[in-house]
Amino acid sequence: MTPEFKGFLLVTVIKMIVVFTVVMVGVALLTLMERKVSAWMQIRLGPNRVGFWGLLQPAADGVKNIIKEETLPARANPVIFTLAPALAFVPALTLSAIIPWAAPLPLRFDFTLPGLGRFVHDGLAPMAVADVPVGFLFIIAISSLGVYGISLAGWSSNSKYALLGGLRASAQMISYEVAMGLALVPVLLLTGNVALGEIIRAQQQIAFGWFILPLFIAFYTFLVSGFAETNRLPFDLPEAESELITGYHTEYSAMKFSMFFIAEYANMVTVSAMVSVLFLGGWDIPFTHWDEQPGLLQTVATGGMMFLKTFFWLFFFMWIRWTLPRFRYDQLMALGWKVLMPIGLAYVMLVATALWALDALGVAGWTGRLAVLTGINLALGYVIFVVLDRGLVIRGARDRSAAVRARAGARQAA
Amino acid sequence: MAIGVKVMKRPEREVSYVRATLRGMALTFKKMFEPPVTMEYPEQKSTERWTISPRWRGTHRMLTDEQGRAKCVACGLCPQICPANCIKLVPGEDEDGNRYPLIYEIDEFRCVFCGYCQEVCPEEAIHVGVHYENAEYSRDRFVYDLERLCAQTHPVSTLWDPTDPRGE
Repeated sequence: MTPEFKGFLLVTVIKMIVVFTVVMVGVALLTLMERKVSAWMQIRLGPNRVGFWGLLQPAADGVKNIIKEETLPARANPVIFTLAPALAFVPALTLSAIIPWAAPLPLRFDFTLPGLGRFVHDGLAPMAVADVPVGFLFIIAISSLGVYGISLAGWSSNSKYALLGGLRASAQMISYEVAMGLALVPVLLLTGNVALGEIIRAQQQIAFGWFILPLFIAFYTFLVSGFAETNRLPFDLPEAESELITGYHTEYSAMKFSMFFIAEYANMVTVSAMVSVLFLGGWDIPFTHWDEQPGLLQTVATGGMMFLKTFFWLFFFMWIRWTLPRFRYDQLMALGWKVLMPIGLAYVMLVATALWALDALGVAGWTGRLAVLTGINLALGYVIFVVLDRGLVIRGARDRSAAVRARAGARQAA
Repeated sequence: MAIGVKVMKRPEREVSYVRATLRGMALTFKKMFEPPVTMEYPEQKSTERWTISPRWRGTHRMLTDEQGRAKCVACGLCPQICPANCIKLVPGEDEDGNRYPLIYEIDEFRCVFCGYCQEVCPEEAIHVGVHYENAEYSRDRFVYDLERLCAQTHPVSTLWDPTDPRGE
């Protein structure tokens, strides 16, 4: 091993430990935050018994879950039943590895440890554990693995409720992956790159060049399918406690049960970070170019900025959860396939055409492109969210066929 | 259409998704900053929004005279009127001819808290109390004997008065 490789390994291991710790502690605190936010929105107080202001509640929950009895349902498949929580948990945590959490840190060291040899690092250390060049393709690939954990949990439990929850989860997550993937294509069209670092750099070029306005429709479809991918309300059909008890984790207890929860919250963190990176400029501090020079201060400040953005989207997840009721299952599928996917497809075409037209017309400047796209998106957003969003009810297949039959009957009568 | 299926007429013309969601989110966000309506129960027993009614009928209490003896004269009216048959009364008589209860027990599990015993009592001895914290470690402890009934200190109920139905 060269000293440079050893230095790289050292930095990566440190980043792994830090990111893992922060994400796990953050997930624990998020469960508290969820309960606090829900309480406030319902004009209650929320947990405040354990520790100051309820801050030790996650620890109490954790201890409780560790010492609880592990149950195994009769005639469940013990191997898969045990494996499923890990299958849900691992992809969720893996995803946090590639998010760039802050501006790259200039790092220079050269020292020798007895028995380990020489460690050298010189240059910018990216603040993602793995700065993979495949970027968000990795996220799409790994996040779709999460569905295995959930559907296998539902299948191996030998329980009808769990099975139905698992089935719903697999259908829902596969459906919304289409919309999610389509929402990412415009970002790729605009930046020409899938690497998350490059996407952030593209958004830094002008003072407020975030993609949220130039690609507003993509942002919106990404957000909605992100909710569906993480099985959060209003799309938490796999859990649906009113009809399926708790869906796929009905039969789980103790730490296996809380693994599913950790996975859910870790997924929320990832989706929030993804929304921030793709559409809100990642760790970019708006209206300043000061943060683009490498430096320790910049890394800390941009890290704080990234935290704020991610935190806002996490809060947004909770906000939506305690505002909206749950979709009906056929409505959920209809929304995914009949609304979000056509919108996504048409939008990809529109953005591609607009970019081609801008090139053909010779408006090659970045500012000009973003301005034109912003205009198009505002007009489109007005049409979709104000003009079209009136008197349309998302219908499932049964409603539709009943309507068709009624029309045919009326025609025959006439 | 199957029997009993009610088809709702939905106001489809006013349906919207995004704007309705935004309106709902504005509401929930506003609610976040309102002071909680809940009460922190073991520390706070009553708030401005919620106080226990003076007409509350809870577990019993026997009033005592100046010597600390129960006011009860063992007339037997309360076991007579009790609809749940939860009062056990064995009368006794001292050398002066004063009647007093030898045994006076109320099974609070059988009691339906109607308050008739208080209403019928000629000596204003037995009362239902304005009290609700009755937890015990064993079921036996819910049969209150005379000593226990006399030892209670909580306020007693002002029962419903037909001439003043609203309690004004």
